[in-house]
Amino acid sequence: MMPELGKYAFAVMGSYAATAVLIAALVGLTLWQSARMKRALAEVEARQEKTDG
Amino acid sequence: MSIWEYANPKKFMQTSAWALPWAVGLTVVLLVVGLVWGFFFTPDDYKQGSTVKIIYLHVPSAMMAINAWVMMLVTSLIWIVRRHHVSVLAAKAAAPVGLTFTLIALVTGALWGQPMWGTWWAWDPRLTSFLILTLFYFGYMALWAAVEDPDTAADLTSILCLVGSVFALLSRYAVLFWNQGLHQGASLSLDKEENVSDVFWQPLVICIAGFILLFVTMVLLRTRTEIRSRRLKALLARERVA
Amino acid sequence: MKALLLRDLRLAFRSGGGFGLGLAFFFLLSVLVPLGVGPEGGTLGRIAPGILWVGALLACLLSLDRIFALDHEDGSLDLLATAPIPLEAVVAVKALAHWLVTGLPLTLIAPGLAVFLNLPAGGYGWLVLSLLLGTPALSVIGAFGAALTVGLRRGGLLLSLLVLPLYVPTLIFGAEIVRRGAEDMALATPLALLAAISLGAAALLPFAAASAIRVNLR
Repeated sequence: MMPELGKYAFAVMGSYAATAVLIAALVGLTLWQSARMKRALAEVEARQEKTDG
Repeated sequence: MSIWEYANPKKFMQTSAWALPWAVGLTVVLLVVGLVWGFFFTPDDYKQGSTVKIIYLHVPSAMMAINAWVMMLVTSLIWIVRRHHVSVLAAKAAAPVGLTFTLIALVTGALWGQPMWGTWWAWDPRLTSFLILTLFYFGYMALWAAVEDPDTAADLTSILCLVGSVFALLSRYAVLFWNQGLHQGASLSLDKEENVSDVFWQPLVICIAGFILLFVTMVLLRTRTEIRSRRLKALLARERVA
Repeated sequence: MKALLLRDLRLAFRSGGGFGLGLAFFFLLSVLVPLGVGPEGGTLGRIAPGILWVGALLACLLSLDRIFALDHEDGSLDLLATAPIPLEAVVAVKALAHWLVTGLPLTLIAPGLAVFLNLPAGGYGWLVLSLLLGTPALSVIGAFGAALTVGLRRGGLLLSLLVLPLYVPTLIFGAEIVRRGAEDMALATPLALLAAISLGAAALLPFAAASAIRVNLR
């Protein structure tokens, strides 16, 4: 199933691995920042609903 | 009922909310199909052996690294002219994504070049230009982080993006000139302008589309976060005044 | 405008004005690089054009944050922004002052430092010419960077990060002129391009810088 990469195995696998790591880091950071912001905003909005309402 | 400051951000949040699942789905499908096809079902190149498989990562990421900056340029211009907050926040959101693509292009470029050139890094004009591009991305992101007032930051970073784009273009030509000036062995062009044969081209196109969708998905997500952040700051400011 | 120029020059030459800092740095670099790289004449001669240009560039960087910072601190930048002369002209004058105080002196001492770096004889004239043509670009680009960061406390490091990528084309063409001059090769192209960059930057960047200052003064 796995293609015969021969002597270039490190270059090819390394590229795919590095890309995966970088994209995973970007996606992970993005999702984490999004969740954190949603939480913070919900807190403040709830707080302000209480005092406004 | 939450009140968003401006109609524009509200519409963006609504539209992006339903668009996002589609964007994610399309991204995953395109990337999986393209990469699996390219990695498992294409032959080796007669000159470059199995390293040709790196093309499915290197070319799309390099294209998106440039396209991300162009998008930042356009959205910065829209901000300068029309003052749409969503526009400049989208530019801010796109920067880390563009930077990531630039890094991918650099790493895959270096790894691809190593067996070909025998060194871990070669000052090939394209790689060098991408290295300089990372500096432009860093500068843009650093300026956003350094300025407190969001609107001031938006204006300054937009001006920087404009001026930076001119110099990025100048640098591209300067680097081409700089490398040609040295009469060493010809550097292999990694982005083959010669015809890429169909057998590679088809999965490559799908991968390019996948990376475009990845960019779109990430920018949608990050812009939503930026809009929420702006809303949060406004609410906190209101609390302090009250 | 002449009054502004003279005032800036006087401020720079006053004690505490920082004049000479760039020159001292340039000199230090010319001593440190051979110490780091080894005394072999051939090596030094080959890298001399690059080292001299990078040194001049970094030395220019040192005094960039002063271009607007002092006036910003005591409020005179606000006055200048509302003065009858356009803010773009103010920027141009300040960039000129920076060049007269930093870029020009660097250009003048460069041949002396080139001796330490074993620059081949043919390169000296071109060194001075390329710096003469290129340091104005460095001052104007630097002024733009200074305008962007004028509002920031300790914006110095950020200023460097923003300005250095913008310096790349100037550096490449400038150093290339000296290198080719030293080897007696054709250098019309980099010469023309360097001149174009300086002229273009001087003509257009004051507008961008003035916008940035107005943003920062809001």
